[in-house]
Amino acid sequence: MTASSTYSYKVVRQFAIMTVVWGIVGMLVGVFIAAQLIWPELNLAEWLSYGRLRPLHTNAVIFAFGGCALFATSYYVVQRTCHVRLFLPGLASFTFWGWQAVIVLAAVTLPLGITSGKEYAELEWPIDILITLVWVAYAVVFFGTLATRRTPHIYVANWFYGGFILTVAILHLVNSAEIPAGLWKSYSLYAGVQDAMVQWWYGHNAVGFFLTAGFLGIMYYFVPMQAERPIYSYRLSVVHFWALVFTYMWAGPHHLHYTALPDWAQSIGMLFSLILLAPSWGGMINGIMTLSGAWHKLRDDPILKFMITALSFYGMSTFEGPMMSIKTVNALSHYTDWTIGHVHSGALGWVGMISIGAIYFLIPRLFGEKQMYSKGLITAHFWIATVGIVLYIASLWIAGVMQGLMWRATNVDGTLTYSFVESVKDTYPYWSIRLLGGTLYLTGMLIMAYNVFKTVAGKKAYDAPVIAPATAHA
Amino acid sequence: MADFENGFWSIYIAVITVVSIVACAVLLKMNSKRPGAVELGEHVWDESLREWNNPLPRWWSGLFYITLVFAVVYLVVYPGLGAFQGQFGWSSKVQYEAEMDKAKAEYGPIFTRYQGQDVKLVAADPEARAMGERLFLTYCAQCHGADARGAKGFPNLTDQDWLYGGAPDHVKASIAEGRNGVMPPMAHLGAEGAKDVAHYVRSLSGLTADNARVARGKDMFQANCAACHGPDGKGNIAIGAPNLTDKVWLYGSAEATIIEGVMKGRNNKMPAHKEFLGDDKVHLLAAYVYGLSMSQSAAK
Repeated sequence: MTASSTYSYKVVRQFAIMTVVWGIVGMLVGVFIAAQLIWPELNLAEWLSYGRLRPLHTNAVIFAFGGCALFATSYYVVQRTCHVRLFLPGLASFTFWGWQAVIVLAAVTLPLGITSGKEYAELEWPIDILITLVWVAYAVVFFGTLATRRTPHIYVANWFYGGFILTVAILHLVNSAEIPAGLWKSYSLYAGVQDAMVQWWYGHNAVGFFLTAGFLGIMYYFVPMQAERPIYSYRLSVVHFWALVFTYMWAGPHHLHYTALPDWAQSIGMLFSLILLAPSWGGMINGIMTLSGAWHKLRDDPILKFMITALSFYGMSTFEGPMMSIKTVNALSHYTDWTIGHVHSGALGWVGMISIGAIYFLIPRLFGEKQMYSKGLITAHFWIATVGIVLYIASLWIAGVMQGLMWRATNVDGTLTYSFVESVKDTYPYWSIRLLGGTLYLTGMLIMAYNVFKTVAGKKAYDAPVIAPATAHA
Repeated sequence: MADFENGFWSIYIAVITVVSIVACAVLLKMNSKRPGAVELGEHVWDESLREWNNPLPRWWSGLFYITLVFAVVYLVVYPGLGAFQGQFGWSSKVQYEAEMDKAKAEYGPIFTRYQGQDVKLVAADPEARAMGERLFLTYCAQCHGADARGAKGFPNLTDQDWLYGGAPDHVKASIAEGRNGVMPPMAHLGAEGAKDVAHYVRSLSGLTADNARVARGKDMFQANCAACHGPDGKGNIAIGAPNLTDKVWLYGSAEATIIEGVMKGRNNKMPAHKEFLGDDKVHLLAAYVYGLSMSQSAAK
């Protein structure tokens, strides 16, 4: 590797820009379906109906917005911390175009009603095969870059990215095993409760590895870089990494409490979900404590505000999650809007905010700039997004507890006090507040898009030179 | 143990569960040594990335251990380690049955009270009607609507039209045993033939229809439809064939809707409730539903 060579930033730039674009698209669909709950007349056509747009929303925010953020940051981080260009940049380019093709295919097939019916894995088998190809290419590029690194040790962020890439490959292959019945139709290889268990083993690990391990990779690079402080504890990162990747694998059955799933599986799912609390908080502690001695930076750095608030929401939702996995709590919370609120405190608070912080960090550096066009707009984005999240999760938390209590209330003769539709009626005010919260969050993303546009418009793409690894105690 | 095909899988589950919990504890213990001094690690990545070697926070390790201990205790008490049932023999099935028995003991007498009474009498009892309504909103409203006025394909229960008869015994039988209403497809009539039949059927309840088609349709009706709907189209409650002359439409009176029914047939299913709800509640529900159309006729 010569000193004159540069990092491969092109694919990072592409993914970073598309993170903003898909974020807006995915959240816009979310706001629209939130409005449909209040005004059912908005189900304008079958392909614009709630049942078809809801999977489009989840796929767009998780795999398009979140996925692009993970690709962009992992490609950036693995090069910078290995002090080499990407391994096979051409293949990296294929992952960009391949992933965009997956997203576009999802955006066409889901509204058409083409779905395998498995939550967060709705895409039909031809698209599943394309995902597999892109993912194998991603693994080759990422692990190839790691293999050609110029540092003796692998930086902690890369453990998390590596764990995420490897596990998502396994999850996708096992859960999407299906028998095609025509070009756009397939049947799961599993049946009955086994199918449900495989699905939620996948589903919860999509949360654990796609939405947690991957984004902890983002945290471990971008928080210390933005704070200009060393990571708080190497030891803590070792323990919480292994404990996290190990225990997440077991947590799936808590999605199937009080179902046909055998009791032993429900018990183990609940226990490992509880054990997951400490390993999750390990990541939060390591991120937040990295700021110790530099708390003042939080006052006037909005990017750091995004990152530290993200870690706070991460801590909150990884406390709430284990609590909700306890069977007696779950008996109240399951099937209510509490679950939706919980997911969004993780999605909007943790995943969204850490990604937004990282993208604000990246954009100027990818275009040879020192900083974003407007710091004020980042601050505005931060406060609007934060208020949006609080409105969103607080309203659905109240709505969920209310629904749970209404559904279990009985009369003196043992019959149910409320019909289902009465609980729907009483949820309207909270759905309205949720819509407001979601709209605020989307507004923040539009401000971000404007800020990004003004930062990059007319600027030339910039590829930084590869720097030599610093020697210890230099 | 029915959950496992053979004893191996039970041991397999138990062993990896225990090993996993122990592994977490070992990992935690191994990394709990506290360094003499907090120092920066020797490695540097990118321009300035470094790591402190701070020890694990004590409260955090404590929290981790507590969850592990909780898991061990839980696995002794409750099922989890393969086929081991836990100390107290708890299972979700046992818990469910206990709760159901308790509910039956507590609420059963309330419903049994009306069992011996005539449906018409129960229907007139305000307290029984209130209980019936609550049952209806829980078990019937999903299809028939909270106001019992039905929906497309689901009968309106407040009018005077009964697919299977409106006498108390008929209503009760419908709820207890369920009903299977099958109209076979008549695709052999062809598109034109189905259209002719549709015009004839519309003419039966005085809707606008083409006279030539009505004439042709009448013959086809007699040959293909009269067996169930009767030569005069007044239906047959023994098999739930709708009366086509009464201006009440289960699926709608539009020409296209009728043609669709003729060509593709219809399949209606009312589930049986006797096993699920028991005789006492079925009796109350029958009285409530019977009362719905009685109050309607009283209003007229």
